Amino acid sequence: MNREILLSAKNLTVSYHSITAIQNVSFDIYEGEIVTLIGANGAGKSSTLKAISGLVTYTGNISFRGKELKNIPADIIVAMGIAQVPEGRGIFGNLTVMENLKLSTWQRKDKDKITLDYERVFSLFPRLSERKRQLGGMLSGGEQQMLAVARALMSDAHVLLLDEPSMGLSPVLVRDIFQILREINQAGKTILLVEQNANMSLHIASRGYVLETGRIVLAGTGKELMGNPRIKEAYLGG
Amino acid sequence: MIYILQQALNALQLGSIYALIALGYTMVYGILTMINFAHGDLFMVGAFFCFLIAVYLKLSFVPTLLLSMLGVASLGVIIERFAYKPLRNAPRVSAIITALGVGLFLENFTLALSPYPQHIPTLINSTTWNLGGVSVSSLQIIIIVLSLALMFILDFIVQRTKVGMAMRAISWDKTIVPLMGVPVNKIISLTFAIGTGLGGAAGVMYGLAYPVIDPYMGIMVGWKAFISAVVGGIGNIRGAMIGGFILGSVEIMVAAFLPSTYRDVVSFALLLILLIFRPYGILGKPHPQKV
Repeated sequence: MNREILLSAKNLTVSYHSITAIQNVSFDIYEGEIVTLIGANGAGKSSTLKAISGLVTYTGNISFRGKELKNIPADIIVAMGIAQVPEGRGIFGNLTVMENLKLSTWQRKDKDKITLDYERVFSLFPRLSERKRQLGGMLSGGEQQMLAVARALMSDAHVLLLDEPSMGLSPVLVRDIFQILREINQAGKTILLVEQNANMSLHIASRGYVLETGRIVLAGTGKELMGNPRIKEAYLGG
Repeated sequence: MIYILQQALNALQLGSIYALIALGYTMVYGILTMINFAHGDLFMVGAFFCFLIAVYLKLSFVPTLLLSMLGVASLGVIIERFAYKPLRNAPRVSAIITALGVGLFLENFTLALSPYPQHIPTLINSTTWNLGGVSVSSLQIIIIVLSLALMFILDFIVQRTKVGMAMRAISWDKTIVPLMGVPVNKIISLTFAIGTGLGGAAGVMYGLAYPVIDPYMGIMVGWKAFISAVVGGIGNIRGAMIGGFILGSVEIMVAAFLPSTYRDVVSFALLLILLIFRPYGILGKPHPQKV
């Protein structure tokens, strides 16, 4: 594989005061991949994404298209092309669906393409189109998750970081969301998917990393990891 | 009847000034969940800027108003940057105590420069008309119309523009906003600028209506405006406007029909009673944060 490395973390360490959340985490994400980072609660998955998005300080390096991201403010990281769908979806309940989408176009100047992107997003999520004028807080959990993904798409990012999109959703909705992620990926977006739901995420991922208590303990292709006895026992329920 | 109409007009004038100041409290609370207790003193600084500009630069009303607003807004931004921003992740009590400290600083700094009360020169040659027994001055009309205009502009900014959308988003959850590509610090600075600028405008108008100004004039007015913001529902822009007019009316009516010394007692009693029955204020809502 001689594809371009898009996003790369080297010896990433994040600590909150004296508590270390992740330690010496390194990974590479290639153009066009879906990479998943799986691990239990508190393994450091969210901290990894927060570091990439510039929400927490860290030691080590993160680079995007060869450019060092350290000390770049979070809003500029979005402008560079990395969007995050945060844990718990992060919908603004006091803003309408349309306003939620509009807000994430903050860094964009390409008016014509924004109009096109609205159409694309609404055809991908027809439910959101029906609820354009409703407040984000009135949506169901599944609709909120769709809005969160739609918002990330509206920022026109090249890389989507998703923090547990399956959380709190019914199995049917989880399948829908993952199907949409696959479509988004096929349409050209690179995805870093953080999940506890190892089964679903390894299924759609080209590669995966397993995070345990802040360290990467295993790495491999989605298939390899699914076949790994240790993964089977700990994450896939035997 | 004529007496009541006369008092209603006075209530509208006082209420619009309270409303303008209350907006500053409510905007800052909305985005930072802190009460900027220095806000009443920024109102006072607005009146002093008006005095300085009118006396030393000899400008007319409109440039004096605009420059005073700009001056107070800049001061508000500086205060936020250096006094409040370092405490953004500290407990709210620390931020509030800092705000009280900033307020005391502003009072005493002004006192050091101006130990005696000052008199703002006449910037508007007010004419008074007699409309069927009700006396209406052009100054009163200017204060009311200008305040309402500023409130409409603010409401438009908050409800209809992209910046306003960002402000509302920050008030919901400011940790998520940067992920939308929105520069949160800039929006917070802008919110401070607008909120304190309106307080500065109120200081100018108050100074025109009651031209003798002193460094402590912001304390009581500040408290009243704070009550207005709480009565309307702190964090709610339209609530602050409504609260300002309610408090203005209550005060004027109490002074009109009861001994005027009851005025402040009634205002504070109003706050206490309201807090028992409607702790979120008239338009405020308990914030249902979904997890």
